[in-house]
Amino acid sequence: MSHLGNFLVDSLALSATFIYGSTGEILTEKAGHLNLGIPGVMCMGGAGGCLMISIAMNWGVPQPLIALLGVLGALIMGALMGALYSFFAVTLRANQNVTGLTMTTFGVALMKVLMVKDDIIYLKNDRLAEAVACFRFPFAGRGDKLQTLGFMFFLAVIVAVLATYVLNRTRTGLSLRAVGENPATADAAGINVTRYKYLATIIGSGIAGLGGLYYIVDWMGSNEAYKTIEGLGWLSVALVIFVLWKPWLTIPSGFIFSVLYTCANHVSSISWINGTMEDTYLFQMLPYVFTIIILIVSSVRNKRENQPPASLGLSYFREDR
Amino acid sequence: MADNPAVALEFKNITKTFGHVVANNNVTLDVRKGEVLSILGENGCGKTTLMNMAAGIYFPDHGSILIDGHPVTIRSPKDAYEHKIGMIHQHFKLVDIFTAAENIVLGLNEEGKYNIANVNARVSEIASRYGFNIDPKAKIYDMSVSEKQTVEIIKVLYRGADILILDEPTAVLTLQEIKRLFEVLRHMAADGKSVVIITHKLNEVMEVSDRVAVMRKGEHIATVDTDKTTIQQLTDMMVGYKTDLNIHRSEPVSPRPRIEVKHLSLRDKEGNQVLSNVSFKANGGEILGIAGIAGSGQRELLETIAGILRPEKGEIIFHNPKKDRPVTFYHKTLRQIKKLARERCFHYPDGSTVTFAGKSNRQIRDEVRREQVLFNGDEIMDLRYKTPLEIRNLGVKLSFVPEDRLGMGLVGNMGISDNMMLRSYRKGMPVFLNLVKPKKLGQEIVDKLEVVTPSLRAPVRRLSGGNLQKVLVGREISSSPKVLMAAYPVRGLDINSSYLIYELLDEQKRTGTAVIFVGEDLDVLMELCDRIIVMNSGSITGTVDGRTVTKDKLGFLMTKQVKKKQA
Amino acid sequence: MDASKRSFLPIPHLAKREKMNIFAAMGIRVLAFVLGMLVCGIVASLLVKDISFNWKSMKSFYYCFYEGSFTTNRKLLAYIKDLAVLLCIGLALAPAFKMRFWNTGAEGQTLVGVLAAILVNFYLGGSGNPDIALGDLPLSLIMLVAAVLAGCIWAALPALFKARFNTNETLFTLMMNYVAKYLVSFSIVRFLTNANSSGSMKSLSSGRLPVLFTQMPSIDKPGTTFKIPQSLNDYLIVGCIVLIVTVFMFVYLKYTKHGYEISVVGESTRTAKYVGISVKKVIIRTMLVSGALCGLAGWLIAQVDKSVSTESSVHGQGFTAILVAWLARFNPIFMVATAGIVVFLNKGASRIATDYSISPSLPDVFIGIVLFFIIGSEFFVNYKLKFSFAGKAEEVSK
Repeated sequence: MSHLGNFLVDSLALSATFIYGSTGEILTEKAGHLNLGIPGVMCMGGAGGCLMISIAMNWGVPQPLIALLGVLGALIMGALMGALYSFFAVTLRANQNVTGLTMTTFGVALMKVLMVKDDIIYLKNDRLAEAVACFRFPFAGRGDKLQTLGFMFFLAVIVAVLATYVLNRTRTGLSLRAVGENPATADAAGINVTRYKYLATIIGSGIAGLGGLYYIVDWMGSNEAYKTIEGLGWLSVALVIFVLWKPWLTIPSGFIFSVLYTCANHVSSISWINGTMEDTYLFQMLPYVFTIIILIVSSVRNKRENQPPASLGLSYFREDR
Repeated sequence: MADNPAVALEFKNITKTFGHVVANNNVTLDVRKGEVLSILGENGCGKTTLMNMAAGIYFPDHGSILIDGHPVTIRSPKDAYEHKIGMIHQHFKLVDIFTAAENIVLGLNEEGKYNIANVNARVSEIASRYGFNIDPKAKIYDMSVSEKQTVEIIKVLYRGADILILDEPTAVLTLQEIKRLFEVLRHMAADGKSVVIITHKLNEVMEVSDRVAVMRKGEHIATVDTDKTTIQQLTDMMVGYKTDLNIHRSEPVSPRPRIEVKHLSLRDKEGNQVLSNVSFKANGGEILGIAGIAGSGQRELLETIAGILRPEKGEIIFHNPKKDRPVTFYHKTLRQIKKLARERCFHYPDGSTVTFAGKSNRQIRDEVRREQVLFNGDEIMDLRYKTPLEIRNLGVKLSFVPEDRLGMGLVGNMGISDNMMLRSYRKGMPVFLNLVKPKKLGQEIVDKLEVVTPSLRAPVRRLSGGNLQKVLVGREISSSPKVLMAAYPVRGLDINSSYLIYELLDEQKRTGTAVIFVGEDLDVLMELCDRIIVMNSGSITGTVDGRTVTKDKLGFLMTKQVKKKQA
Repeated sequence: MDASKRSFLPIPHLAKREKMNIFAAMGIRVLAFVLGMLVCGIVASLLVKDISFNWKSMKSFYYCFYEGSFTTNRKLLAYIKDLAVLLCIGLALAPAFKMRFWNTGAEGQTLVGVLAAILVNFYLGGSGNPDIALGDLPLSLIMLVAAVLAGCIWAALPALFKARFNTNETLFTLMMNYVAKYLVSFSIVRFLTNANSSGSMKSLSSGRLPVLFTQMPSIDKPGTTFKIPQSLNDYLIVGCIVLIVTVFMFVYLKYTKHGYEISVVGESTRTAKYVGISVKKVIIRTMLVSGALCGLAGWLIAQVDKSVSTESSVHGQGFTAILVAWLARFNPIFMVATAGIVVFLNKGASRIATDYSISPSLPDVFIGIVLFFIIGSEFFVNYKLKFSFAGKAEEVSK
């Protein structure tokens, strides 16, 4: 395949990380919670997945099952982090920003501790390659770049579409949106606000956790991957504004972000740019600069339908007066 | 009413406290089937709190709630709906960006797949049965207040409520809309449903209800049949002592124009016309009332004059009573004074015109300091496009008591003395704050207006509505303003505080201040104001004399449409 | 309905507290800290092979914390330096947060401060350009100016857009961190040409701070004096500078007109407009102050490290400082205490990480755990749990 083809497929594959991260964050934000802990959640999701894979490989579990167990591990670890966040931000009504940032500090650090400890989940690169192979269904063995699109990529697309459907076409989605817009109204309408906030955050975090696993195993396939997840987590949070809180839009927009993110890796191979070491760094800035431009543009044209959930960032206490 | 009325809902020995405030004290009360019951009481007497406990918003500290004679636990609005209780709150509980139908089905767990088309059809069906006019697909943010209320009522009916509680349902409606609402309510009661109206308006109580329950200071005083009582009797029960409900209105002394608004127009952020072509004059020594249905542009009008909103076009002219008074460097620079002198605006005490011809700056300064340079006439200033700060810097003493006390007039998390600083913190030393004067002023206001507060440093958001308003009004009149604007200054206040505020406004008027008073209670407007302008949809529909106007006339003007001129 | 059964079940519900007794509130927070430390011990015993959950092992675990900061003169001075830098960033954030401007970009603002100071040092101090070699003091001052300016620019950008278009500042400042990070990587390779092959740069030697402190009473050998080497002299100067900044910020927030305007804008922009405070002006001015102090912190780091690298120059302190400032309710005096606790945890956990050879990220795990407990404890300061029985109520205060 040509350079361009490689580049595009590479970007397409990466976009799943953004789709998972942003879809998870959208669900949480729809419940009125700005979860700045998403980078931490993604890290811990990755760690949880790797832990599960490591254990499964030690047990000698058959290959397809290894991948499934990995997914399960990421899902559970992400959900646990979501539960932790909900406990503080919903039940204890702590400041959401502070809780989120603490989650990120905690999650990123704990993952780093877990990932480099050789007796816990350290996956040496050769063992990791073995694990990666489990994720290559359905294009395994094609030999070209397309095989990097594993089943988790397609799962991401399904999750985003499904989330859109649930939000817009079901009673649950209606209730969830009401909780994020105006919890007092939702409460008065007989919706269990606390339950919705918990569930949305936990499910959202579980999905974001998948993003972490996908990035480490499926996309990078290297045990160095944990060093860069945090930045991807923040980009996923920012992407939510870009897609106007619509999960399906994360599919094309995630791809745009991925193109910007991966172009640094491909710069040196493009002859007419004649990329050097320092240019790579400038290209690595691209997704972040792009995000800033998006933030500005979306704040300049603000339409009523494109606003964040009205109660985003506020904690709800029924007897407040 | 049936001969042997069945009780639908019963409160037994209910007590509820918030911190140290006892909102309900041992209240026992019943609601019968097929009646309209009014809960009457002053603001802050606990009537809404009591009903909120039936609706599952609050949970009682003591006591029990019985439905059809059985004790029930209502821990959430959902529980309330299960017991067929539905409440329509004063502040509507609607999601702005949803459609009417989406709001109506919100939180319901009906059988079958969620399909908004079916819901739309059912909503239309209920609406037509009770004679409502509503588009189920319209978004809430596009609706008028009355339409929003309709959505709320249909929402409750859609859920099959048998007991309907309405909190101050008429506060925001026009006279016609109130009539329509009352018809619907009577119709529902005849249908066997119980309707509870929380209100403090006596005439409405007499008009619509079968029985009246009077509450005072968290206690249930009595429940009486409407046809066996009088307004005076109800008032006495509500207030607790024989009342003299007369507002003092002094005669205006030599009123002269102070603020003049000409052809003022304003658009909001979304581009809707909020004010169109508003013109009026407010005189010093007079109270000018502004009447109108809530949301007719009164708030925006005052905020535009105060410099908070920026008008699209029009003029706001302030007449500074400077005739024969000396010019000072306090509000004018030397350059401005020289410019005014060239325009022949000054004279000397002996009557000769000031020219400053051939005089050095030093000589001019000297003359001004000796107060030898006097204005020929009143100074006229254009306040348009000026910010509140620029208006102050011009030396215009314009005070404004906004409708939103905690969100705009005061800072909730600051104490009284810090709030005193809001208007004056820029004065005094450079860089550093003067903390002594605001504290003194705060203490004066607390003493003079009998504000109940734990200390000058306690956050004002913990004060009751009445005390909060005393602090705000006290601060605004402390600068001895030339113009005092007050938007709904007695909203949410008990009777004593309300009368104190009326008295303060009248006192300001006697000192020659131009007072602009936006009110909702027509009786108060007619008793307090010298002149009343009436607004509807951002236009002035009439100016009337407060002493001679009738309520019907005001009501007519409030709903009169002004024909829009073709632009 | 079985009302008889229900009457025995306590029904919990929440109520907001009136202001709590300050000692009780402190007590709750101290309890939270202690519980957090206990959980750290449990987590450590799970993660680290050589630590087990028994008395002896735990004793040496907790002793490591003490040992990390206070046992020798050098450690104490290093503790003061770390405290000072973290506190300085926290102080920079206090006015922004008080204004409800979520400046999550302190990391980047500090980093560009470091970068600017190092670039100045490199080119004016004789390393990058042998023709110009300024004296220590002037060089140091120019480094300071450059660092402060850089911090200001990095903070002013999001502030301008927040003021003009209400652009989301949380994410804007966050993204600026990454732009700063890659800018530093780029600059090391492009401009700071003494970098070695692995991309990190060697320390510079010019632009030293003046020697003000030569000796102090020794803490490890009581009664003797400790001769302070020149590098540790820098640590003490850094401490003194931040002490002055602390007092300045306390006065600025509490007793000046600017501080008052910040509070009003933070509480309600509508009130600010009502009294004629220009919200835009206050936002931009306050962020300039915030950025300038971050730049100052960057200069302090540059003065001590004399080099810059993306990974470890600021080391996440920009984020930790947010928590330091928030936990202290933006009160500069309380921030000395919260920053002290965080640095204490950091130093202790770093020591454990080296002693037991685990990842250097361990401190952040412990900081996270302890912060969770303290954040959670705020709930018990602000709310109380009430239990009511049908018919009779009982109040339980916690």
